[in-house]
Amino acid sequence: MLSKRIIACLDVRDGSVVKGINFEGLRRAGDPAELAERYNAEGIDELVILDVTATIEGRRALEATIREVSSRLFIPLAVGGGIRAESDAAAAIEAGADKVSINSAALSDPALVTTLAERYGSQAVVVAVDAKRNGDRFDVFARSGRVAANRDAVEWAVEAEARGAGEILLTSIDRDGTRSGFDCALTAAVSSAVSIPVIASGGAGTFDHFFDVFTGGKADAALAASIFHYREYTIRQCKEYLASVGVPVRL
Amino acid sequence: MKIALIDYRAGNLTSVRKGFAAVGAELFTPSDPSALAGAGGIVVPGVGHFGATAFLDEGWRREIQAAVADGVPLLGICLGLQWLFEGSEEAPLPGLGALAGQCARLPPIVKVPHVGWNSLEVTRPSSLLEDVPAGAQVYFTHSFAAPVTADCVAATTHGVRFAAAVQRGNVWGVQFHPEKSGRPGLQILDNFTTLVRKQPAANLQTPAANREQPAANREPRAT
Repeated sequence: MLSKRIIACLDVRDGSVVKGINFEGLRRAGDPAELAERYNAEGIDELVILDVTATIEGRRALEATIREVSSRLFIPLAVGGGIRAESDAAAAIEAGADKVSINSAALSDPALVTTLAERYGSQAVVVAVDAKRNGDRFDVFARSGRVAANRDAVEWAVEAEARGAGEILLTSIDRDGTRSGFDCALTAAVSSAVSIPVIASGGAGTFDHFFDVFTGGKADAALAASIFHYREYTIRQCKEYLASVGVPVRL
Repeated sequence: MKIALIDYRAGNLTSVRKGFAAVGAELFTPSDPSALAGAGGIVVPGVGHFGATAFLDEGWRREIQAAVADGVPLLGICLGLQWLFEGSEEAPLPGLGALAGQCARLPPIVKVPHVGWNSLEVTRPSSLLEDVPAGAQVYFTHSFAAPVTADCVAATTHGVRFAAAVQRGNVWGVQFHPEKSGRPGLQILDNFTTLVRKQPAANLQTPAANREQPAANREPRAT
């Protein structure tokens, strides 16, 4: 049976891992390669390196970090942040990324999704959707949550799939860094509307939050950063708990 | 003994290179079919659309078949495994035909593509999966899959039971990505590298075009 994936996200700025709350107030949380090694030893299923300030400051994802991490770890590695054109994606993939995650660029140029899918295959193209609640609906935001994209999250995810996305990385801006739980209503709405896997992100605080998003939230994978960075819980403890409550995981 | 990694422009080979480097294998990328001569092993990787295998034209097929007939181990990874079969409903192109059967799309009752870690159900012992623990999980990402036949050495289930690893003689294939499957994946790459090293030196081949060999020997095995 296909396991539910636990994905660790390394938000990287200037070569260090950082973490903010609601996309603001970044603080340092360690060296990317060291954290990646620790997560791998604990049984992480996949890694995402996000250059969190790249889009704003016009920097590409940190190729040196990608090279270092990908030559030590033999698990899937996705890279996002600052990927605005085919050449940015090519640089990340040449450096060792298996997938690229595109967000703002996909919103402003949806054809880029198709271009990348045709060149590298859909499995290499993750469309990241940052969404915020607006009544019963979810609005999409671009540029690290700063600019309203005037798109509905479910509709945009469906379009992204049609254009060739292989996965959706769905982040709740409301829950990001709050540790108050994933937005299961958001995840379930998107996951039910697409046939490709949906990675839930934003709000992981307890093991039960993972259980909730894998069951009611219909997520195929869940991404977390701060819950694992500060060693409060290990990934292995989280997976053992999930296995004990009947969620298929890789142990 | 060097392993030829065939680059047919379907996806990125960086990860496969890094995986083989981690187990101490030496790879080279032949620029044309004649450069396959002398390869101790052949790896056909690949991600993406079956249509991309159109790159592997008659010249490549002839050299690959000749090498296989000489006993050179061949490993297909992901799309490379699907190409070992007769074809795929994804695109109207012939596969290598080394294995009988057609690849088909995974059923829409589950999320497609099948992305993530899933377990291997060993169906018969094989040197490729030696020392891989029972029930080991490996990383998949694909939408089409090969049927479970007598050539299957491990099966996996996602909506349907499909061939996760195959073997027929010295032709091997894995639907998953050993280069992205942690420790069991590296073990598999190491096992393939061992198969390559064990090969008698006499198997070092010359280009098929330069040899006098009955054409029948170059055909895929009867299936």
